[in-house]
Amino acid sequence: MALNELNFKYKVENPQSIAKEYSHLGVVGSGDLEVLMEKKDFGGGTEVKVVTPVTGFDKVWEMVVTKFVKGNNLGDLLIEINDNNATPVVVSMRLRQALAEANKKEKGGE
Amino acid sequence: MEREVRVWDNLKRDTEERMKKVAHLVEEGKVVKAENTVALLEGVIKPGDKVNLEGNNQKQADFLAECLCEVDPKKVYDLHMVQSVVSLKSHLDVFEKGIAKKLDFSFSGPQAGRLADFVRDGKLELGAIHTYLELFGRYYADLVPKVALVVAFEADKEGNLYTGFNTEDTPIIVEATKFKQGIVIAQVNKIVDKVPRVDIPADWVDFVIQSPKNFYIEPLFTRDPGLITDTQVLMGMMALKGVYAEYGVQSMNHGIGFFTAAIELMLPTYAEELGLKGKICSYFALNPHPTMIPAIESGWVKNIHCFGGELGMEEYVAARSDVFFIGPDGTLRSNRAYSQAAGLYAMDMFIGGTLQIDKYGNSSTATANRVAGFGGAPNMGSDAKGRRHSSDAWLKCGLEYGMQDQLLGKMPRGKKLVVQMQETFKEKMDPAFVDELDAWKLAKNANLDIPPVMVYSDDVTHYITEEGIAYFHKCVDMKEKMAAIRAIAGYTEIGLQAKEEETMDLRKRGIVKTPEDLGIDITRANRSMLAAKNIKELVEWSGGLYNPPARFRNW
Repeated sequence: MALNELNFKYKVENPQSIAKEYSHLGVVGSGDLEVLMEKKDFGGGTEVKVVTPVTGFDKVWEMVVTKFVKGNNLGDLLIEINDNNATPVVVSMRLRQALAEANKKEKGGE
Repeated sequence: MEREVRVWDNLKRDTEERMKKVAHLVEEGKVVKAENTVALLEGVIKPGDKVNLEGNNQKQADFLAECLCEVDPKKVYDLHMVQSVVSLKSHLDVFEKGIAKKLDFSFSGPQAGRLADFVRDGKLELGAIHTYLELFGRYYADLVPKVALVVAFEADKEGNLYTGFNTEDTPIIVEATKFKQGIVIAQVNKIVDKVPRVDIPADWVDFVIQSPKNFYIEPLFTRDPGLITDTQVLMGMMALKGVYAEYGVQSMNHGIGFFTAAIELMLPTYAEELGLKGKICSYFALNPHPTMIPAIESGWVKNIHCFGGELGMEEYVAARSDVFFIGPDGTLRSNRAYSQAAGLYAMDMFIGGTLQIDKYGNSSTATANRVAGFGGAPNMGSDAKGRRHSSDAWLKCGLEYGMQDQLLGKMPRGKKLVVQMQETFKEKMDPAFVDELDAWKLAKNANLDIPPVMVYSDDVTHYITEEGIAYFHKCVDMKEKMAAIRAIAGYTEIGLQAKEEETMDLRKRGIVKTPEDLGIDITRANRSMLAAKNIKELVEWSGGLYNPPARFRNW
């Protein structure tokens, strides 16, 4: 199956990166996706890479990702999304979960 | 003065005449052999009769339905079928064959597409689509059946019926028919010397027939916890914290979908953690949902009255007579009419899924080409205007009602909680929030007077999506309601019209709450929250008393 790759770049005012250096959430199961977040020195910017088998929904992806990055004032952050036909419902929830996870204080183990 | 002589027992005389015609078909007592059923029906049914063919949500008078399809359409025609559920092929075949002409019903799951075709092609004249209680009411007004074809587990030769676990609609049908001088025919799985208990007394029944095979029954309320998604868990957590806990809801009906299955499975976990045990979920009008087992076993539930039974739950239910309604014989007695009455007047909340929500907040499961009806949902999902008793949840909801002052002036009155849950998108990127409900297209396609709406906007109090809860009843006018809908409609066309400052204002005023506003740790929204993760674990919770149907045994 050919995969579709989408790239988005953002720069918001007073950006905030994540607490952890690196965070991972979710699995690439059917109808689901995984989200990788990594602190990066992007001069305050955020880069998002989406890999998805779905075509024709680039606009929806852009809306979901834009609202997420801008709504949370994210910066100095690399977000990689590996999607397997997740609906916007699941995408939006996983992104919110991933951010909450990435901002948790580090504890031992999981 | 001459007084006109009138006859006042025409109905009785007519029935006696019909009974005479078929007297030769009766064996011992009221028993008729299965092979004589078609002849019996041709004898007792006349053209134009109102006939009730017992099709319930679960059990089906399938043998009698098939026999009705075999009567001679030259002798029996133009029947007016009045029945709660149209779910078997034979239920519509009678129209195809010209035996029946008009239909009044409540719900038509699997036959909904064919029913729409029949109405459009003029093969069937549709009276109306009802809620169960509404249709039952009409059995005692303008839709009294002349002949009722009902179904029971067992009968004795005198005609006493045992309907047991799946009593469902039988009593209300039989009473309407028999006491208006009609004729009652029952198919049973077995004719026995003595029934375990009498659910319908013999003198209300005219004929009993042992059918060649056991009646069909549908396991409609079994939801495999293995199929519950993380999003459903999140929405369940939101419902528990933002509605159940917020209002202290003690009595309720749950829909049949996965949203409420998730909630049921989180009572012993998340709700327990929130300290809600004893404060919520004590009384239910509900079928014996297998997903209720962990909550019952953990001591959450005081009382459940059932509309019908559920395959596999017989032994478990019988062993929990403190919770369920159990007869002197030791088995459940369900009763759809009583449970619907409880759902209308005794329950503080109805919560369940829907399919489509329009920009005004009307909600419907109707699709463009299926005349499915809604069963009991519109009854339980509406505010009973005749309610006069008070409870904390009902009163709090009424106090918050944004239009109360305009409707009543200064007068306290409660409001039923009617909660609709739906993810913003369904499968295949189909948006759940729409400009116009498909119900409008259906009304056009099937020549209906009005679009079939499941729950009207003025009855809904709360909408829950993965984005948040809209406390819809708090809105003061339609303009505000529409903004609240937009605020939780996510990335649908409707949701994209949301204005940020408007949404922020609604959040500030507690009309919209996101999971964050509710203080929910969203990372915990995953399947590990469920007290049972599959059917096998439900069996374990039940101590082996739950016996799931084969198709759910995947281990």
